[in-house]
Amino acid sequence: MQLSPALYSRLVGAPGAAEPLPVERDPAAGAPPFRFAARRVRFPRDHEFFEDGDVQRHLYLQDVLTQVTGTPERPRVPEFTCQVAGCCQVFDTLEGYEHHYHTLHRNVCSFCRRAFPSVHLLDTHILEWHDSLFQILSERQDMYQCLVEGCAEKFKTSKDRKDHLVRRHLYPADFRFDKPKKSRGPATPGATVQVSSEARGDEGEQSGGDAMEVCSEHAAPLPEPVGERRTYSHRIPSTICFGQGASRGFKSTKKRKEHQ
Amino acid sequence: MGVELLCWNWERERIGKEKYQRQSGRCPPPPRSNPASSFRPAPPCPCPTLFYSPFAPPLPRSARLHFALCSAHSHLFRPALRLRGTSRLLGSWTGFLALGSVRLFFGSAMWSGRQGRLRPVGCVVEELRCRRREREAALRKARREQQLISKRLLRDDVPVEAEGGCVAMILGEAEIQQFLQLAQRGTEEKERERALVSLRRGLQHPETQRTFIWLEGSMRTLVGLLTSNQALLQLEAARCLHELSHSEQSAVAEACLPATSYLLTYLSGHSSDFIELCLYTLGNLIVESEAVRRQLLPQGIVPALAACIQSPHLTVLEALGYALSQLLQAKEAPEMIIPSVLGSALPQHILRLLQPGPKLNLGVAVEFAWCLHYIICSQVNNALLISHGGLSILGMLLLDVAGAVQRTEDAGLELLACPVLRCLSNLLTEAAVEVMGGPNQLEDEHVVAALFILLQFFLQKQPSLLPEGLWLLNNLTANSPCFCTSLLSMDLIEPLLQLLPVSNVVSVLVLTVLCNVAEKGPAYCQRLWPGPLLPCLMGTLASSDTEVVGQSLELLQLLFLYRPEVSFGPGTPILRPLISPWPLSFPSYSHFSGPGKPVWTPGQNFQLLFGKALFEIEVG
Repeated sequence: MQLSPALYSRLVGAPGAAEPLPVERDPAAGAPPFRFAARRVRFPRDHEFFEDGDVQRHLYLQDVLTQVTGTPERPRVPEFTCQVAGCCQVFDTLEGYEHHYHTLHRNVCSFCRRAFPSVHLLDTHILEWHDSLFQILSERQDMYQCLVEGCAEKFKTSKDRKDHLVRRHLYPADFRFDKPKKSRGPATPGATVQVSSEARGDEGEQSGGDAMEVCSEHAAPLPEPVGERRTYSHRIPSTICFGQGASRGFKSTKKRKEHQ
Repeated sequence: MGVELLCWNWERERIGKEKYQRQSGRCPPPPRSNPASSFRPAPPCPCPTLFYSPFAPPLPRSARLHFALCSAHSHLFRPALRLRGTSRLLGSWTGFLALGSVRLFFGSAMWSGRQGRLRPVGCVVEELRCRRREREAALRKARREQQLISKRLLRDDVPVEAEGGCVAMILGEAEIQQFLQLAQRGTEEKERERALVSLRRGLQHPETQRTFIWLEGSMRTLVGLLTSNQALLQLEAARCLHELSHSEQSAVAEACLPATSYLLTYLSGHSSDFIELCLYTLGNLIVESEAVRRQLLPQGIVPALAACIQSPHLTVLEALGYALSQLLQAKEAPEMIIPSVLGSALPQHILRLLQPGPKLNLGVAVEFAWCLHYIICSQVNNALLISHGGLSILGMLLLDVAGAVQRTEDAGLELLACPVLRCLSNLLTEAAVEVMGGPNQLEDEHVVAALFILLQFFLQKQPSLLPEGLWLLNNLTANSPCFCTSLLSMDLIEPLLQLLPVSNVVSVLVLTVLCNVAEKGPAYCQRLWPGPLLPCLMGTLASSDTEVVGQSLELLQLLFLYRPEVSFGPGTPILRPLISPWPLSFPSYSHFSGPGKPVWTPGQNFQLLFGKALFEIEVG
């Protein structure tokens, strides 16, 4: 297919179009047996017209193998420690550090040192756990907001909200980022992991019980409930730190705002 | 090493064969062949020598890899092929291909230096092409049965020397339990991580996957690890989940449902690699079954994606585009999904990401162009997209793609061109576009130039996409004197005629476009005739395809109607009487001619007076 060089320069030239030629239709044009009529055509999604392009698209999806964060393959840097005060985790790749930082230090509550996966959950937590005004207001109106982004429903109690999450949003009943404030009890009985024959499981948390607990061996203000596994504390070498000292950097309100 | 290596490769081939066949459209698995008979050593991958060529514009690794593998890729290599890329850090693609089986490493710009190490390609290429054709056929079949499911896999596997290279091991119940236990309760962090890595490697095998999901509490433990505060464990657990999501066994993918609420929660996080992984996992789960989508929608996947699309990370965006395209491709999408997508901020962001410019990333653009296509062809509320400037953005994107096509010979761009063409064509049929003037119109000669450049590109690289390009041309020219004039003034009739021999479908479309031009009146026909049109028409009139003949006659009639002064004296081409030598049985009209009873019925004789010449056509 020979295209003139002028066409290529037309592509980059100034926009515009020539004055259209005059249109003069003859009524005999569409007379039988001829029936041509110029018209725009649309095709729905499943039309066979799209078959070739769709097949190409799926071949592309199936063929592509892209790299995931392969820690061994990342360029290694000289070992360095996490710069957050008190955290002594060591890294030799930037990506590893990035993920560690985002998981443990990015959205941390300065009051109770819990880490959250997102700013939204952190804000909700601070509001519901550490804001006395919230407690007062919640007695009069529905203040517990649904955790799903986009859902504007509010509820009287944490339990109501949880029921809503389970029923309406099909969330698991033991959703980790929605622990009610008062209950620092052991993990729900249903959480037993059959894999291990040991006593009641804790979903594999270092802290055992409360998923948001960042540090375990330095006891939180409330006493650990009976029956919770404590063997972890003994087994973790003292050189491993889970950011328990991070709170020193976050204690004041001002710094908390910076991190939000 | 030799024997062990070969045995392992056979195993991989058997696994890979099943996997690709099932993946490509859920065909029933073939009967298991005798291991000994299918034993064959894996040849070194020939694709780098044939199909890769480094090129200047930095395209993301996905497009480049596709190009590198598209013609040579076969199931034989799929489990063994890994791409190492440092593109994210260095900004350019200096990936190297690691073949787990043969342990060859190539630098991307160094293909030529390594060629000496490869066998002559010869029959291997033919075999690979054959496999590709098989896969294409399987995909076509799947599409007709509405069972087109394809998933994307993110996998990084270093062929660890110490382990002897065998990566996809089948793990038994006891081993899985052991790994899970170690991951959950191990003392040393590294030990826990290693346990999960071993589990993940095992989960690459379908049997391990099955064993895993049937093991009580296993998913629960995995979800627990996914939500732990140990960043590395979290990542490894997510990778295990990703392997499971990629399974072609429905039960395995559906077993991942308990994790979805967490995957969605993590989308609002900050760790781009982790988010990318979650998105690909979600995308694989979404396409799996309606049951999964029925859970994900109330869990808030659309708002989560709408929030995540504001991320600046290209890898995250590409992954998000993939997940969203899977969501929009669902059967129930027009009723259940697209309305909420259109109601969110997603359309504006999609259009923003498709805006051409130096920041346009091909991988990201491909995914979102397909998203847009699924939205538009469902015809839920295209006026909304037009009001957001969709038409002009797509028009500019078309220009951009045409420009890119000129700069580089490499394929991969048709992956973007195809959905853009479809979006434009379908949008042009919307009533909102009929309003004359304003930003809702494409009146530029640039568009025509771009389209023809793309048509030429398709002709060379992907002729199967020519009909789609010509469809856009039809929609542009049908009701627009402006575009018809552009075709004439830019001398594009002759290039158009050069497409006639490609296929019957293409011929019909070319003739339809010419009819669009001719039906506008004498001023237009004057520019069509005399010229190269007439000899071409003589050729198409002799075609064996009834639609081609029908459309040729329509065009002839229009030409003669508006140009009656064309004489048939000496010097003009003699138009002999035409007698149809073939039985013109009940013709079915194409989508472009419109529905209705066919004109040409068997046994009919037509006498057509064209100018001063009488044609007799017998319909046999």
